[in-house]
Amino acid sequence: MTATPATPHLVFAPPVNLNGHGHYLHWGFVQISAANIVMIVLIGVAFLAALFVPFPKPKGRDGE
Amino acid sequence: MTDLIEQTSPPEPMPDPEPAGGWTGALRRRIFETLPPEKLLPDTQPAYVASWIYVFGVLSLTAFLTVVGTGTVLALKGAAWWHVSGTGHFVNSLHLWSVELFMTFMSVHLIAKFFMAAWRGKRAMTWITGVLALGVSAFTALTGYLIQQNFDSQWIATQAKDGLNSIGVGAYFNTMDYGQMLIWHVALLPLVASVIVIWHILLVRRRGVVPPPALRGDASASGSASAPASASAQEVEA
Repeated sequence: MTATPATPHLVFAPPVNLNGHGHYLHWGFVQISAANIVMIVLIGVAFLAALFVPFPKPKGRDGE
Repeated sequence: MTDLIEQTSPPEPMPDPEPAGGWTGALRRRIFETLPPEKLLPDTQPAYVASWIYVFGVLSLTAFLTVVGTGTVLALKGAAWWHVSGTGHFVNSLHLWSVELFMTFMSVHLIAKFFMAAWRGKRAMTWITGVLALGVSAFTALTGYLIQQNFDSQWIATQAKDGLNSIGVGAYFNTMDYGQMLIWHVALLPLVASVIVIWHILLVRRRGVVPPPALRGDASASGSASAPASASAQEVEA
């Protein structure tokens, strides 16, 4: 049975087709899914961004 | 004059009457000594907290609360609700994606705290409870995938039971037993995860947010890095 989403497909459709077989990367004995490697890269990007993106200063507290 | 001084001088301090308060009084004193209100609900934080890297702890907590909230709705409506209802499908998606964000935020939080050596300043138990929270959350996520009631959950169950049998726990934790996995996911593991998360937050409140490590050999260390170091020392004393 295929669940029928009630939300409009065109508005909430994922950017890639998630139906079908998953994509895997092979490198020697290493095998990892494309989704997992994407998430690992995103976590790394978020970590680096958190280190280097300036944090906004609260208003009225510059002199403190 | 001497009499006047004697008459107006403050009386001898009375002994603290609280020690005779029984176990409830002792527990109350212990709580207030360990976590006074100004530590439990602080209105300021050290200057070094003004960085995005310190935001991922509260982001993890926010995602966790969303997971618990959407999971509660799913539990009230039943495990099959999301298969037959558009609203159920939407709530299930909220549950899934808040879990994805929870694990992502926790991963960044873990990496950041590892490189900060966040177990410094008597914060070992804070670090340990954080690692436990990540482990229990991963285990809870596994049981969540097992109760989806679709081919994906069947595939994961048959794969996981081989791994669990190989370490000898398959007789006690059977991933192919839907009822057992459902109870673990909606009752036991959320309770354990919630206790660990609350414990972790209380420890953060008690010891304070870990300061960044001082730069080795930095000539300006006395100005820029000693402040966090002294802050750490104060928090340790507290």
